[in-house]
Amino acid sequence: MKRPRHTLHIVSGKGGTGKTTLAAALAYALATEGRRVLLCEVEGRRSLTDLFGVELHGAAEPRLLRTPAGGHVHGLSIDAEDALLEYLRTFYRLGIAGRALDKFGAIDFATSIAPGLRDVLLTGKVYEAVRRQAKGRTDAYDAVVLDAPPTGRIGGFLNVHEAVSGLAKVGPIRDQADSIMRVLRSDDTVVHLTTLLEEMPVTETIEAIEALAPTRITVGTVIANMVTDTPLDEDQLLAAAAERLPLDLPDLTQSERAGLGEEFATTARREQQERTCSQRLASAGLPMVVVPRETLGVDLTTLGSIADTVAAQLPEEINA
Amino acid sequence: MTGADPDLTGLDLDRVITNPGTEIVICCGSGGVGKTTMSAALAVRAAELGRRTVVLTIDPARRLAQSLGITELDNTPQRVNGIDAGNGGSLDAMMLDMKRTFDDVVLAHASGDKAQQILDNPFYEALSTSFSGTQEYMAMEKLGQLHRQAVAEDRWDLIVVDTPPARSALDFLDAPEHLSRLLDGRFLKLLLAPTRGPLRLMSAGFGIVLSTMNRVLGSQVLTDVQTFAAAFEALFGGFRQRADQTLAQLSGEHTTFLVVSTAERESLREASYFVDRLTEERLPLAGMIVNRLHDTTVALSAQRALAMAEELDQESPEAVALTAHARLAATREREQAVLERFINSHRSRDGRGITMRGVPHQDTDVYDLTALARVGRLLSDGLLASEGVPPGDDVGASSQQ
Repeated sequence: MKRPRHTLHIVSGKGGTGKTTLAAALAYALATEGRRVLLCEVEGRRSLTDLFGVELHGAAEPRLLRTPAGGHVHGLSIDAEDALLEYLRTFYRLGIAGRALDKFGAIDFATSIAPGLRDVLLTGKVYEAVRRQAKGRTDAYDAVVLDAPPTGRIGGFLNVHEAVSGLAKVGPIRDQADSIMRVLRSDDTVVHLTTLLEEMPVTETIEAIEALAPTRITVGTVIANMVTDTPLDEDQLLAAAAERLPLDLPDLTQSERAGLGEEFATTARREQQERTCSQRLASAGLPMVVVPRETLGVDLTTLGSIADTVAAQLPEEINA
Repeated sequence: MTGADPDLTGLDLDRVITNPGTEIVICCGSGGVGKTTMSAALAVRAAELGRRTVVLTIDPARRLAQSLGITELDNTPQRVNGIDAGNGGSLDAMMLDMKRTFDDVVLAHASGDKAQQILDNPFYEALSTSFSGTQEYMAMEKLGQLHRQAVAEDRWDLIVVDTPPARSALDFLDAPEHLSRLLDGRFLKLLLAPTRGPLRLMSAGFGIVLSTMNRVLGSQVLTDVQTFAAAFEALFGGFRQRADQTLAQLSGEHTTFLVVSTAERESLREASYFVDRLTEERLPLAGMIVNRLHDTTVALSAQRALAMAEELDQESPEAVALTAHARLAATREREQAVLERFINSHRSRDGRGITMRGVPHQDTDVYDLTALARVGRLLSDGLLASEGVPPGDDVGASSQQ
């Protein structure tokens, strides 16, 4: 079995661009024959539960689905408080005292009040899952996909060094942050940014690329989602946008044809905008994956076809 | 789908914003549903209808901020020019500066050295700039200030508030409470205990807790928090009291909440949590704005359109047009179905549901005042806008989350 090119895939994007769906599709695509892939969410939105119909509680990593290729996708909802308790257990062997901390409200206090600690704990858990492979553990994964916070917060979220600068300059948290940062900056990690081909999401994507530059974490691809992607050429689009491209549909009534023509014009105008946006993104110099709009909404069946679309455009990344 | 389409014109927003009894409208909803645009459009509409309005935005897109004339983060409302003032209304706008609002609170309540002591505290620095609940807390604080100013100076008679771009709509209500629970809570009381009155014996359990916290966080963090909390409590009698006061103000008759959502599962679920919570806390809910709805005037089902397209050359304009229509029709159907479910699951005992106002998907970004005014009119006329809204066919703009 070949290894995927990157072990850790971090997916971010503006709200409403389909970040969770694309993270799930990427995990699906990476789960080729015999592979185990972990899909993580960090903000407890139940998005994965909604999509897969599987409850994610505590530290459990249940299987979300078996791909037709024969790989497995598992799911994990990372919670900062659980992560801190686990951290205390692992590093301080604090079983009972950990629970005492919780009772005193200290866990809530620490994860909420200590600047940056929450992000270190969340990324720390992802780091732990990634590291299992090097340790030869049986619960290791071939790839970990993180459904990360949206682009507006991604720079801060991944800049764990900066985050703990308010905490002690030395000590276990600092060491932990250093280790996480090493993995994030390594060749094993890549960030994917999801966007729509609309002005605001494209602007945010370009801003996110700039925000990530100082972290020295690799941004791999921009995934343009819900793209209109018609086979029409520029002249046809121009004519359609102006409602001057006749539709030869004799089965429809006059008014149906007129209504359809108006809708067609809107589609054409949107595609013209999308092509402009696409050019803007191209100037960022990153490879772009294009995911066409799903006709009937996203469910597990369409997720498979989105995964195929992504895999076809990222053969080296998937490395099946 | 069974039965008739859900009623998306039941919420009369013009009546809400022109009611002289309405002084504060708070727009809530999860991130990415168009909350900022809706609050701005509602404020423009209110001003056009004759109310002296101020809109408090939290994190507007740059171009929206520009068109409202609030490119500078100066934390005070600025007059928005270019509003139709024919009915005697006006519009001011401001963008929340979280840190500055917090600093102002400290400076307003403490004098000289004491204020400086708080402002210089490293924990205060972190709290006022990066703590995740501070934005919500300060939005409420600013709202309180604006309302007092509105009353005292007779400057505004309506405040429209956009809430911070949170993961969950509930954060706006929960964050101040969470912050006060942390800073007035048992844990901090224990931390502070040695400095208060006769030295008491600490329980062995707490000793372990304290030493662990010190090891994990570093001792400086706890010391900073202790110093800050002591100074802050001396000034304000605690966060909780202050948060409670603001919330009490919001619970009054002059305030109403508006939930903004799209017809997508995820944002409707957040809206649902929020509606339940408002009901539980007996906070007034005006209704719900359902943004980015899709509609079609062509009576051709998605299935039939797809079937027709399959018969044709896939690259032909006809096939493209039919497929685009199929998407639109399917999206419309899906949206109507989830809204119907939402309404049915939130029916009160007397059978009344939440009143809603649908807003069609806008094919272009809403940035300038003209576009805001147009959306404002859509908010009052809903989907049945007489001026004829082109059918939005941006199918599933946020459905693939």
